[in-house]
This record gives sequence, C-alpha cells and structure tokens, in this order.
Amino acid sequence: MTRRLGQTPSQTVGPYFAYALTPESYGYRGIATNRLVRPETPGEHIVLEGRVLDGAGQPVEDALVEIWQADARGRYADAPDGGQADFLGFARCGTDGEGRFRFETVKPGPVPGPDGRPMAPHIAVCLTARGLLNHLFTRIYFDDEAEANAADPILQKVPEDRRHTLIARREARGEAVIYRFDIHLQGQAETVFFEV
Amino acid sequence: MRPNIRYAPVDRRSHPPMIHPPYRSTTHRGPTRPLVPIPQTLTELTGPIYGHDAIGELDHDLTRNAAKNGEPIGERILVAGRVLDEHGRPVPHTLIEIWQANAAGRYIHRRDQHHAPIDPNFHGAGRCLTDEDGWYRFITIRPGPYPWQNHANAWRPPHIHFSLFGPAFVTRLITQMYFPGDPLLDHDPIFQAVPAFARERLIARFDLDLTQPEFATGYRFDIILRGPAETPMEDGR
Ligand SMILES: [Fe+3]
Repeated sequence: MTRRLGQTPSQTVGPYFAYALTPESYGYRGIATNRLVRPETPGEHIVLEGRVLDGAGQPVEDALVEIWQADARGRYADAPDGGQADFLGFARCGTDGEGRFRFETVKPGPVPGPDGRPMAPHIAVCLTARGLLNHLFTRIYFDDEAEANAADPILQKVPEDRRHTLIARREARGEAVIYRFDIHLQGQAETVFFEV
Repeated sequence: MRPNIRYAPVDRRSHPPMIHPPYRSTTHRGPTRPLVPIPQTLTELTGPIYGHDAIGELDHDLTRNAAKNGEPIGERILVAGRVLDEHGRPVPHTLIEIWQANAAGRYIHRRDQHHAPIDPNFHGAGRCLTDEDGWYRFITIRPGPYPWQNHANAWRPPHIHFSLFGPAFVTRLITQMYFPGDPLLDHDPIFQAVPAFARERLIARFDLDLTQPEFATGYRFDIILRGPAETPMEDGR
C-alpha cells in the first residue's frame, strides 16, 4: 500500500467571496449564476428559494449556496455517456441580508441510485459560509414526490424524524412554481448534512 | 466523471472541526449533529466541468485583470503549484478560483470597512484551469493582513482564498493559502482550527525556482484533493 499524501485542510470561505465567486453585482462575469434555465430549456421550470439560518434563528447573510443537478430527463452534464444534458447543472447564489437564496432551474428527473434503481428527484447542495470551517453537503427533495421519496435509498439512511429537513415544499405563486427549502445550520430543525 | 471510481473519505482528522470556539461565529453556525453517512452515487460522482471558454486570457493575472490606469501597488508574487490527489496523481483541467485582499489588507467587497486604501488597479480575484499535469499559476500582489472583530486586536494573517472543484462534486475544496514565517499565524483562530500536524499543508513555501529575476518572487502551494479509494467502496457502506 502506498503512502497517501495528506488532504489539504478546509478553511472558511470567509465573508468576502462575493466579488470572486458571485461577481455579477461587481460587474464581472463569474463561472455560474443562480439561473440554470433559458426560456427554451426543456422541463418544468421551477424557482427554488429559501433562507440559511444560524443556531439563533438569525439569517446567515454571507453564505454561498451551490447546487448540482440533473436535467429534466435525469441526465448530468458530466455523465459517463457524455454531456448530453440540457444544461450545465451547476449554479451558485450568495445569500442576501435576510439569508435568502434563489435559483431558477428545472425540476430534475430521476437518476440511477447505488443499486441501479432510480433515486427520487433531488438536487445536491454544497453550502459554505463565514463561520463554516468546512463546506457542507445536503440534498433537496420535493414534497410532491412522496412515493419516490419513501423508496429513496439516501433518504432511508436518514433518521426518519429528520427526513423532513431535506424536503422542499411546493407553493404556487401566480404562474411560478416555487419550492421552498430553508437550511438550518443548528437547532431543533437542524438540516441533515452528509458525510459522503 | 470517471466511471466506477469511488473517492476516499474526507479525512476529518486533517480538517478543522465544525465548531471551534476561538473562531466565534462557528459556535452558532457549525452544525452540532453528526454528519449522516451516505454512499457516493451518480449525483456525487459527477460535477461541473469547465473548459477554457470559461477562462479569460488575463484571469490568472491579478496584476493586470483589473488594471485601469497602471499597475497595482505592492509586492508582485507568483503563486504556483500542483493539484494532486492523495496518491500524488495530477488533477488535470480543474477550475481554481482565488480571491484576496490588496497589499494594504483591503478587499473590494462592499462589507469590508477596514480603513485601508482601495487600489484602483487591483480587484483581487482570479481563476485558472490546471494543465495536463495538474499545474496552476497565478500572478498577483502579496496581500496585507487585515483586522477582523473576532476578538480584541484580531488580525488575519495574509492569505489567499482558494476554491477548487476537482473531478466530482465530492472533491470540492475551499481553503486558504498562508505565507511562511508569518507571526500572525500563531494568533489566528481560523488557521489554528486545523489540527497542528496538518497546518503546514496550508503554508506556501518560498521557491527560488519559481522566482523570476527582476520580476517577482515565487511561492509554491500544492493542493491535495480526495483521491480514489484504494478499493472500490461497497455501496451503502
Ligand atoms: Fe480573507
């Protein structure tokens, strides 16, 4: 067995990442925005919005929420069969003074799970913020997929009384389909974060 | 993605804890419940891929990418190194994004209130892709230390923030690079949150071979990302 090199330790993203990672408001082009869809992107267009809250219930005004997802047909841009997805699938949003984030995307289709059977539709999240020394992984599932959620192999790893922290709630607001997903870093409703 | 690869676990011993009370905001932001282990699925084994079209010609050169009417003030430096996995194999064509304060310790960011001068010719952000052998290279200005309000007389040691993707969603890393011999390192709770044996991995070393005569001093900073597991992990480990 070869000796492994030690992993470079994680450090906080700090409070001042916006002009580098979400720089549009500084007049610079970034590598991702919070919008994955164009009008012609196939699939059900949805808005994903929520807040990041700390242990005191206070908004986290300097978090970076990143999402990674399949397109409406359940294809990742980086799948082994080669980038046939309808979009990149990666988006970023910095939270505002109220801790809010918002993404314009499509509801992802199901992708195969560990045993080859489809997982419930979900969006992967990487969360970082000032005050987080390590980034955190979680997943967003959808409350109108109860049957698929019940069979999902990842949700089944989560203690039943905490699964609700991973499920976005659908709201119709005018024409738009909104899914609401709050992230609680601590407290009674602390979101489930993964070791993966 | 590379099919059929599973990644070695995050080596939590090498990383800081979620809550490190001397860094005050971790106490109400770091999660308190244990992370829930899940298997790596297609979702985690894929990740965003950026090509050269995502990178501008001057994106790696912070001394020029925001210049308006001259060169930024400060000590010009080259920061270069390799991105490797735990087996020492290069991580090619992966995106690195950096950001930092200017020579006076001031960020462009609107919330930075430190009364040090803004440099009109320095923006402090850059990006590049690693090459075939995992090499990256930035030209920048050595950042200054800056005060923060974590505790009385708190100063961040000069540092450059790094964000990397690696080959999959699970290989993401966000970290900071520090400079050798800096007396502030002993007093910085963010740096000190890393277990002592792993701290040196965050400190660049002065490298005469990178240093360019009559132009800039060079610092070498290699970054080690999670690599493939030795043996494929059982699903649902
Ligand atoms: Fe900083």
